[in-house]
Amino acid sequence: MADPEGKTNKPKEISRREMIVGASKVAGVGCLAAVALAKYVDTARARDAQALRPPGALPEEEFLAACVRCGLCVRACPYDTLHLATLGDMAPVGTPYFVARETPCFMCPDVPCAKACPTGALDRDIGNIREADMGVAVLVDHENCLNYRGMHCSICHRVCPILNEAITLEPQVIRGRKMVIPVVHSDKCTGCGTCEKQCVLKEAAIRVLPRKLGLGAPGRNPAGRTS
Amino acid sequence: MGFTLTSEGRREGAAAKGWLRAHKWWLLRRLCQVSVLGIFMIGPMAGVWIMRGNFASSELLGTVPLADPYIFVQSLVAGNPPIAIAVIGAALITALYLVVGGRAYCGWVCPVNVVTDSAFWLREKLGITRDRKLDRRTRVWILLASLVTSFATGTIAWEFVNPVSILQRGLIFGIGAGWGIVVAVFLLDLFVTRRGWCSHLCPVGAFYGVIGRGSLVRVAAARREDCTNCGKCFNVCTEPHVITPALKGNGTRLILSGDCVNCGSCIDSCPVDVFEMTQRFRTWPVDPPAADRVS
Repeated sequence: MADPEGKTNKPKEISRREMIVGASKVAGVGCLAAVALAKYVDTARARDAQALRPPGALPEEEFLAACVRCGLCVRACPYDTLHLATLGDMAPVGTPYFVARETPCFMCPDVPCAKACPTGALDRDIGNIREADMGVAVLVDHENCLNYRGMHCSICHRVCPILNEAITLEPQVIRGRKMVIPVVHSDKCTGCGTCEKQCVLKEAAIRVLPRKLGLGAPGRNPAGRTS
Repeated sequence: MGFTLTSEGRREGAAAKGWLRAHKWWLLRRLCQVSVLGIFMIGPMAGVWIMRGNFASSELLGTVPLADPYIFVQSLVAGNPPIAIAVIGAALITALYLVVGGRAYCGWVCPVNVVTDSAFWLREKLGITRDRKLDRRTRVWILLASLVTSFATGTIAWEFVNPVSILQRGLIFGIGAGWGIVVAVFLLDLFVTRRGWCSHLCPVGAFYGVIGRGSLVRVAAARREDCTNCGKCFNVCTEPHVITPALKGNGTRLILSGDCVNCGSCIDSCPVDVFEMTQRFRTWPVDPPAADRVS
């Protein structure tokens, strides 16, 4: 590299030994920085397993390659649902997420947040908010859910923006008692979080989880099997 | 000598030219830094949406996309296919800094510059001389490391820790515990290494420095014959090595190193007005021809 800095009046004599030692020191710092940063990225990524992303978000692995953390989606949201994470939040610093229990996604038909994304981290061409996949609602607490206690609360069913499709009420007989149980249909649920927001309990019995956490998958458990 | 708020490096300039002229470029820079941030902050604060987003990516008047080219490059390396709007945004910002000077970003826009300049000022006032020497090329290695990590992890890696982003985004969107990182940079510059962050470690500056190798606006030691060897320019300069060839060499008077942040502090500090802000195609009759100016 031709560098004008080198053209001083009195070029300093540097021995080959000094140069090699100096260069290896600096290269060592580089390697160290790369390894440390990679490790930190891995930890930060593991932590964000619970964060709910805006509608139209790429799968989490691809999302972190695309999102530049600019907050244009946050600004586009008319309901202040979205936030940029600060250090120590559940998502990596600067990335957009929302907390359903505080403010759910109101499922704007024109999806302004996704359309504002300048990098493709959110799908700008998303046609319909019903295609969104922010997560999936899961009735996590069968002990405290009022419907499981024989009452007809069913608030989660009534507030669902995809009424009678994402959550249906199924008559069941449990311990000899007739009950109506809210059942989530993951193919219809967008993970907007309205059910979690409106659950009447002190801590919501129904919660939106990223699909990886919220759903099982058919097939055999590979653990312990030799194929 | 009595206590004065004026920094050591500008005192002689202030004595010769008056306080205002010894702080001209400094005032302009601070005004620019405040204005740029202000344009971003006035949206959320007062509902005046000139700029939406933050330094990573933004939208000017709802139409013109702007994007940080360093983050864009990391995203490419991480395997994200670029969309047109991102390419345009990064190209516009690259073009801007090709004109005004690559590291003009550091001197005229970046809010961390205010933090580290303050640390430097305080270090001088407190008489702290401890200076753990770092190689200034370390930032280039951190830059390369950030690209390698972006590739290896498939993420925009530096954004997980970038103090520059944490501060600018924090000021616009709320900073939370991010203050911790900013304080850490301040303490590093104050107690550990003179100009530690911006001049030795920050890969954002290193990246813009690459753009600066070819940028138009440059500072020049235009009247170097007048130099009295007072050393004040070296004292105020965040990258003193860039001055030497222009001021003391026989070649071009232009400061062509990409490390120069175009801050104009040397112009402010010089009691005999050796330096001036000019452009890279400027020539001087007494100099050897332009062959020497290839960077």
